[in-house]
Amino acid sequence: MDVEILARIQFAFTIAFHYIYPPLSIGLGLILAIMEGMYLRTGNIIYEQMTKYWLKIFALIYGIGVATGIIMEFEFGTNWATYSKYVGDIFGSALAAEGIFAFALESIFLGILLFGWNRVGPKVHFFSTVMVFFGSMFSAVWIVVANSWQQTPAGFRVVGEGMNARAEVTDFWAMVFNPSSVDRLVHVLVGAFLAGAFLVLSINAWYIYKGKHLHIAKPSFKIALVVATFFSLSQLYFGDRSADGVAKYQPAKLAAMEGHFDSSAKADMYLMGWVNKKDETTSGIKIPGGLSFLIYGNFNAPVKGLKSFKPEERPSQVNAVFQFYHMMIATGMMMIFLTLYACWLLKKGTLFDKKWLMLIFAWSVILPQIANEAGWFTAEMGRQPWVVYGLLKTSDALSKTVKANEVLFSLILFAAVYTLLFVLFIYLLNKKVRHGFEEEIAAKEDENPLQIK
Amino acid sequence: MFLGIDYNVWWFLIFGAVITGYAVLDGFDLGAGALHLFLKKENSRRVALNAIGPVWDGNEVWLVIGGGALFAGFPVAYAAIFSAFYVPFMVFLVGLIWRGVAIEFRSKEPGILWRLTWDIVYSFSSIVIALSLGLMLGNIAMGMPLNQNKEFEGNWLSFFNPFAIMVAITTLALFMMHGAIYLIMKTENRLYTKLILLAKNFTIFFVISFGVTTLYTLLYIPHMSDKIRSNPQLFILPLIMILAIANIPRQLKKRKYRFAFISSAVTIASLLAMVAIEVFPNLLYATNNAANSITVQNGASSPGTMKTLLIIALIGAPLVAIYTGFVFWTFRGKVKSEDLIL
Repeated sequence: MDVEILARIQFAFTIAFHYIYPPLSIGLGLILAIMEGMYLRTGNIIYEQMTKYWLKIFALIYGIGVATGIIMEFEFGTNWATYSKYVGDIFGSALAAEGIFAFALESIFLGILLFGWNRVGPKVHFFSTVMVFFGSMFSAVWIVVANSWQQTPAGFRVVGEGMNARAEVTDFWAMVFNPSSVDRLVHVLVGAFLAGAFLVLSINAWYIYKGKHLHIAKPSFKIALVVATFFSLSQLYFGDRSADGVAKYQPAKLAAMEGHFDSSAKADMYLMGWVNKKDETTSGIKIPGGLSFLIYGNFNAPVKGLKSFKPEERPSQVNAVFQFYHMMIATGMMMIFLTLYACWLLKKGTLFDKKWLMLIFAWSVILPQIANEAGWFTAEMGRQPWVVYGLLKTSDALSKTVKANEVLFSLILFAAVYTLLFVLFIYLLNKKVRHGFEEEIAAKEDENPLQIK
Repeated sequence: MFLGIDYNVWWFLIFGAVITGYAVLDGFDLGAGALHLFLKKENSRRVALNAIGPVWDGNEVWLVIGGGALFAGFPVAYAAIFSAFYVPFMVFLVGLIWRGVAIEFRSKEPGILWRLTWDIVYSFSSIVIALSLGLMLGNIAMGMPLNQNKEFEGNWLSFFNPFAIMVAITTLALFMMHGAIYLIMKTENRLYTKLILLAKNFTIFFVISFGVTTLYTLLYIPHMSDKIRSNPQLFILPLIMILAIANIPRQLKKRKYRFAFISSAVTIASLLAMVAIEVFPNLLYATNNAANSITVQNGASSPGTMKTLLIIALIGAPLVAIYTGFVFWTFRGKVKSEDLIL
């Protein structure tokens, strides 16, 4: 295999693995802030126990997120030296801003969050929780800004030629608020809130299913259900806005997402299907003209198709883009149905009696994970063959000095290390879930040794 | 220009300050990790881990900021350095992964074998990180062959040269001394006594390896001290460094551990400042053809971005200083038994 393929596989693998964790941190951060806020307001120890329990899981997730995130920061330089020189002016500033404004805030206050229970008062502790949550969101801001610039470059000019060409910022705020930044940021954050909320739903649903820790599991489930319902519904709107942006600024990606080839024809919307790249056809269950309607409000409006682009400027993996996109939509819809149904049952008062539903919720943690990963695969594979849309091709972005066997070495190294990390993560998470709230409850009793048990 | 100094030079200074901050702060974490296996008892190891527990993550952020600062201000150097060090750098990154998760995972199981495994992972990864940092510093100080596109042109095995290896060992020794002194400030009783002994031994280890490296440099790579030789007023720097090093055993003897810690921090800072002065105005010297060298001018981002970066730094630096100060103040003093979270 050549360097380009190996470097792309390595980047995709390391970023996809990393991306399991940051959304969970952001989403759990929100839920922790809610739980600890309720503890401050009510003084009810149930909320304190919840907070302490989720803080331990947060620490585990955060630890792996940081460890795998540091790799990402340097991988641009190691594997994509030409890209780094090309975008340093832009991407570098965003990354530097992330480090100093977001990551510093998050990891410094994390120390207080995890170690400070005996050292600071409850208000300062709550403040630290909120700071960690803000820090994790700010990280998302800068990373999504940098990535959005690659999708819809703005506020720059290209100077130099050939190997020395690079993009220079001409307008910092136009670069930050490039056409897709805000829509994609909100889309990503909502996806992250869902990841956190569904993790909390899942573990508490499991306790309810098993009939354990009900006095904590039920209120926890309700908190997470409110968050999950609100955000899964709002994602419908924000996801649509992101798609509108793609239609406007990255028509080749949009065409690949729905497998649309013919520019003179109306575009269909598929529920599921298969793209045949050779015949340039797509077949499946569809709403005729659905995509035309979504974009132009007219079922018969023609939409620019892949045939309008030179073959070397189309995404090479059209079917993969199509499948990832539909996987994201399908899992998003499942989240909506699941949460709405649960809310309806909650109102009727029968939610926690439905054991089978609790079992489904226990497994539902996978849904936002699939949606988040599939969404990013759609965005990044749909951007190909460009690394910076319309400006720099991925094949031109490599480190010229790095050889294929070196990338193969690092790819195998990361595959081995990450597999081991994931096994350990699941093992430790599972262990914590099995122990339930025992530790947190026992700790509380130790504090009041004179209390009659 | 800002305060009469060119933006690019400002950024070189800021980048240097961030790297110094990283070496001073994560240096004691890495040193504590490297000496971890010298502590034999379970309780000693727990106290040592909890001494760095609340702060190591924040300390590592300085590396992230440094990486971002280099990428943003000097993308050409960022691209050249990390693609050149590809294989050693991957090993370094894997070291960083395991160091972080070992601290996190160790306390999750009570089993002796589980904890011993993570003690070993923690200690070895800290050693690997310290050695690779030193190896990279040594090679950056010396320079490397670069082609016209300012990318590395050579074999990465050449990075394992005597000078770089000596710098690597010196870095490890320096961090171990620094980490031991930090742990003295955080511990009590028998562990405290043991760490005082360790700190003394590591100081000797550092002084010997530092002396050998200096001697080797002066004899075999004399041009590395050209700048200081031609600008006698810069002699103040090696002077400060030697005084700081000499002050460490003195303060250890007087049991003024905070001053000993400050002295070892000054040692780290002045060492890096000397490297920076010798390297400047290059970021990476091309040993095959000086014209291919990456400098603070030809390796930098556009003037507009350099200005933006300076603004970001001016806003961000006080914030980071406040958070860091707050956390270190919160966890000041000795690690008590109720602080044992890990």
